[in-house]
Amino acid sequence: MIPAIEVSHATKVYRRYSGRRQFATLKSALLTGSLIRDLRPEERFTAVEDVSFGVEAGRTLGIIGRNGSGKSTVLKLVAGITKPTSGSVRVNGRVSALIELGAGFHPEISGRENVFINGIMLGLSKREVARRFGEIVEFAEMADFIDAPVKTYSSGMYMRLGFAVAIHVDPDVLLVDEVLAVGDEAFTHKCLDKFAEFKRRGKTILLVTHSLGLVERFCDDAIWLDGGRVRAAGDPRRVVDSYITDVEKSEEAQLASEAEKTVAGPRPSAGDETPWTGSVEGRWGSHEAEILDVQLVGPDGTAAHIFQSGEPLEIRLRIRANRPLEDFVFGIGISNAEGVRCYGTNTDIDELTPVRLAGEGEAVFRIDSLDLVEGTYKLDAAIHKQDGYPYDYHRLLYTFRMKSRTRDVGIYRPRHEWRFAGGATLTTGSQKPG
Amino acid sequence: MLRRLGQLFRYRGLVQSLVARELKARYRGSVLGFFWSFINPLLLLLIYTFVFRYIIESRAPKHDPYALFMFCGILPWSWFSASLIESSNSLIAGGNLIKKVLFPAEILPIAAVFANMVHFFLGLPILAAFLLYYGRPLNVAELLWFPAVVGVQLLLTLGLALVLSALTVHFRDLRDILSNVLTFWFFATPIIYPMLLAGALERRLLNLNPFTHLAISYQEILFYEGPFGHWRWLIALGAASVGLLLAGFFVFDRLRDSFAEEV
Repeated sequence: MIPAIEVSHATKVYRRYSGRRQFATLKSALLTGSLIRDLRPEERFTAVEDVSFGVEAGRTLGIIGRNGSGKSTVLKLVAGITKPTSGSVRVNGRVSALIELGAGFHPEISGRENVFINGIMLGLSKREVARRFGEIVEFAEMADFIDAPVKTYSSGMYMRLGFAVAIHVDPDVLLVDEVLAVGDEAFTHKCLDKFAEFKRRGKTILLVTHSLGLVERFCDDAIWLDGGRVRAAGDPRRVVDSYITDVEKSEEAQLASEAEKTVAGPRPSAGDETPWTGSVEGRWGSHEAEILDVQLVGPDGTAAHIFQSGEPLEIRLRIRANRPLEDFVFGIGISNAEGVRCYGTNTDIDELTPVRLAGEGEAVFRIDSLDLVEGTYKLDAAIHKQDGYPYDYHRLLYTFRMKSRTRDVGIYRPRHEWRFAGGATLTTGSQKPG
Repeated sequence: MLRRLGQLFRYRGLVQSLVARELKARYRGSVLGFFWSFINPLLLLLIYTFVFRYIIESRAPKHDPYALFMFCGILPWSWFSASLIESSNSLIAGGNLIKKVLFPAEILPIAAVFANMVHFFLGLPILAAFLLYYGRPLNVAELLWFPAVVGVQLLLTLGLALVLSALTVHFRDLRDILSNVLTFWFFATPIIYPMLLAGALERRLLNLNPFTHLAISYQEILFYEGPFGHWRWLIALGAASVGLLLAGFFVFDRLRDSFAEEV
């Protein structure tokens, strides 16, 4: 097989000019000779570093990665819009890039004239555009408006027309940059159908997207770019999985640092033996007893902030009584991001009678199966008297995230199954929506 | 580079449609539309005629009507100066295309030059009508030189347009510098005054200005009687313009890769 796209050791370095450093005056710039120096790039920014991949003709490659990881730069390199600083990029066949739909439409002239000019810009001859004109208009569903000036179009019409022209260039290699994110549902489906048709006809597609489902469903291969380098390449499912894992890890780190801030803030300095009795937003109480630390522990026994739905969870409170207490209650509450209380209980409700709290200790609240749907949740933890007088109340101070492979909605996922009888037949396995 | 120039030829259809788009878009929405291309030079000519007949007395003998003499130079000058101003801005204005579409960037300044050439051509019938009305002798042998003069001006303008458009991307100050330079350049060219009023020293300085030879060529062919005597200068300027165009394309080609980043 001849590779349709061959990128080998491509590196793209952008120059960055500092806007802050201005010439004091032209005279001083000339006198000190700093004119030349100031015009030189201040720093270099490597958008893509040593990226190599090949796409065989007829295959579809998905490129995933965070914002700023170099995806679009790779696409521009393949499209030939920019040249690599080092390394090489080779493409066999006609390329059409869906980077920005309708780039180059002139607002004052009609859709018809713009279709012609846009088609010619994308490499068609006038005759070829004329031959495909009917098809383009039909695809864009624009028959009624094609003779109106483009400035009167809605943004949806504008996009549809741009997409229709670009797709009817009939490229051998199609480059798509997240254009599907902007259309309505029906249009997105139409685009996907068109891509599928492209695939059937043995065309090569390079797809840059944040829609991981689309990559899994649609692509033959995937690469994951991270900081301008290829982190993983190969089977889309595997690449997407390792990408998701990495995203979770960094979210984890972010939540952890937030949690650290909330606990570090109101805590008294070390060695300070006098009980601290202030109150800050989210934390109040007399501090006769204190919650020193709250940890969320997943099934693997380590503290975490992201959990899979249905896994066990332990909430561990490290506590210290600044004087011996006999009237105390431990409480736990979980709310979702909208502030809806999902569950709350305490040792009093659960009919546990306090005996004695002195010195340091630990209270562990164990959930066998955390059946919450995907989303962000906040945690309350508290020690108070049976009549509600707070020793130390932490309100919504701890954040954790639930992940799920299922896309159910709501708050709580009851254990469930489906059963069918009679004429209803279903099989397992689903098409994941894009 | 030659391959690039060949590629350019393939894109002539695009230049054509961009020029057509430019002209269509310019008059879209106005009642008289395309007729403005005729009306503008016509009104200009009428104003000059009025001024030089009733207000300012011309010092130059045998330059009657003086407005017509000036118009022979002003019409090509408008093409020249508007082309340079528009093309110097063309890459920045077309930034969207350069960044998002694989697109030969030189098309943009070239289309600007050609769009203004069309305006120049649309002004010619007005000029011709007035020349005939005032009974200026139009010599067929001289008129054969006219396409050559237009061709030399086209080469010169294209060369400058390519360099200016490429450099303006990096040094935006050029746009403002250019408009001032063009004002100076206009008065440093024998357009509103005839060359024969200039002294020996001024004449030598004026000869250094390439547009002097274009203006004189137009005036000799269209306005003055007698055979076209400026052809040596014209051919020399033509040769220099070819060199300038190649140099301009070379500079443009060298800077090409930076456009998508700097625009």
